[in-house]
Amino acid sequence: MAAPAPWQLQAARWIRPVAWIGGLVPLLLMVLAAFTTGLSADPIKEVTHRTGWAALLMLMLSLSVTPLRALTRWNWLAPVRRTLGLCAYGYAVVHFLIYMVDQGFSWGYITEDILERPYVTVGFAALVILTPLALTSTKGMIRRLGKRWQKLHRLVYVAAGLGVLHFLWLVKKDLREPLIFAAVLAVLLLFRVLPIGKAKKQKRDPPRRAPAPERPAVRG
Amino acid sequence: MLIKKPEIPSSEITPEGLYLNRRQWIGAAAGAVAAASVPSALLACAPGGEQDDKPNSYEDITSYNNFYEFGTDKSDPARNAPRTLRTSPWTVEIGGLCDRPGRYAFNDLVRANRVVDRTYRMRCVEAWSMVIPWRGIQLRDVINQARPRAGARFVEFTTLHDPAQMPGQRRQVLDWPYLEGLRMDEAMHPLTLLATGIYGRPLPAQNGAPLRLVVPWKYGFKNIKSIVRIRFVDRQPRNTWQVSAPTEYGFYANVNPQVDHPRWSQARERRIGEWRRRPTLMFNGYSEVASLYSGLDLRRNF
Repeated sequence: MAAPAPWQLQAARWIRPVAWIGGLVPLLLMVLAAFTTGLSADPIKEVTHRTGWAALLMLMLSLSVTPLRALTRWNWLAPVRRTLGLCAYGYAVVHFLIYMVDQGFSWGYITEDILERPYVTVGFAALVILTPLALTSTKGMIRRLGKRWQKLHRLVYVAAGLGVLHFLWLVKKDLREPLIFAAVLAVLLLFRVLPIGKAKKQKRDPPRRAPAPERPAVRG
Repeated sequence: MLIKKPEIPSSEITPEGLYLNRRQWIGAAAGAVAAASVPSALLACAPGGEQDDKPNSYEDITSYNNFYEFGTDKSDPARNAPRTLRTSPWTVEIGGLCDRPGRYAFNDLVRANRVVDRTYRMRCVEAWSMVIPWRGIQLRDVINQARPRAGARFVEFTTLHDPAQMPGQRRQVLDWPYLEGLRMDEAMHPLTLLATGIYGRPLPAQNGAPLRLVVPWKYGFKNIKSIVRIRFVDRQPRNTWQVSAPTEYGFYANVNPQVDHPRWSQARERRIGEWRRRPTLMFNGYSEVASLYSGLDLRRNF
């Protein structure tokens, strides 16, 4: 492979802080709205929706890193996957915390919701699934888990599917937004099973497994 | 075209605080003078009642609306409706099984009837609620004027259907025009209003100007907005949300904490402006309507 162009080296240097800032944009927009336009007459509902929406968006963006790398060979994009994945988990946790505040921390109602209302069940399941993935996202855990790490992290596809289902099942009538998420996820998943995605992935597999990181040794 | 500001100068608008004091004064006076003669229903929300019902702000009431004719987001109606909806002139057609059908200019319809101020709780099927000081006329007065025939067992209401004025109607998110219906005894109940205003001001476009239904013991979607037609019929009318999702929304749509929406609980609600959810009350607290439904299985007729 040819050596990366100078701008790509620059990109590799900045990608991590840029990804973090990008991941925090929904949060910043929420704070901005709180001080300017306000968060509607029902701020709890508004913040619940916004954090849920942000979690799904981050998950989709995180899942698009691998296809994008395969298509462009921009391997410096790699760290974005983890950063945005962690942001997705962060938004999902806040989303659930606000839901618990909304329910006044009455465990009776919360367990009833989780057990009996399918849209809550699948949303909660997605959060549960994402938890071990977030906990094992460190470099140390990647090393320690070795091959099992990749297997474990395939669960992200399940979590993403459940997250989209959660959105799809809760809207009253206007299905446009959840259907867009569903379509995006379908494309991202399709890429992983279709030959184009597979072939390119295979080529890159050996360097990825090597202990030396393929990104330049830049610490954010 | 610039966004049109409300036509009333702010100097002419009674401040909310004053308005509330006035209401309290009237409420107290009415309570003292007419306790014996006024049906208890009319004082359901009078100050000093057991409910803690502080009216929501004008801002909240007019910025957080479900009015899919202007978009499905609750902020869409306030953004779109005032620009596109022409509420004057406005004609309401009254017809069907009655002796005096006719087309009425909105102003004539209102002028012919006694205007009342009523502060009601409004419970949305989405499990939030507000307290709204309505101004309007009693639907029963309009019905009596039209002289319904013996066969008229239901009243059907229709919203304006004009995608040019109601951009949300360009998408078939619901089956336009929006339809609603009431049984005749529900329509004749003294609590049932045709609202023309909020806080003593004309109804804003996003709240269903110039004329909307208010049935306080039912979920908010029964309160059909921007009405152009009222018809007396002999069969239970179709109503839009029931047509859209028959397992989730019924004809009666009485507020009932014991009958959950298939997807979410109706046991509690968030009053807009409050953090903690409060228990939802049977018939939204208007227990005087219970007799209308004696013998009716409210679980099946949700």
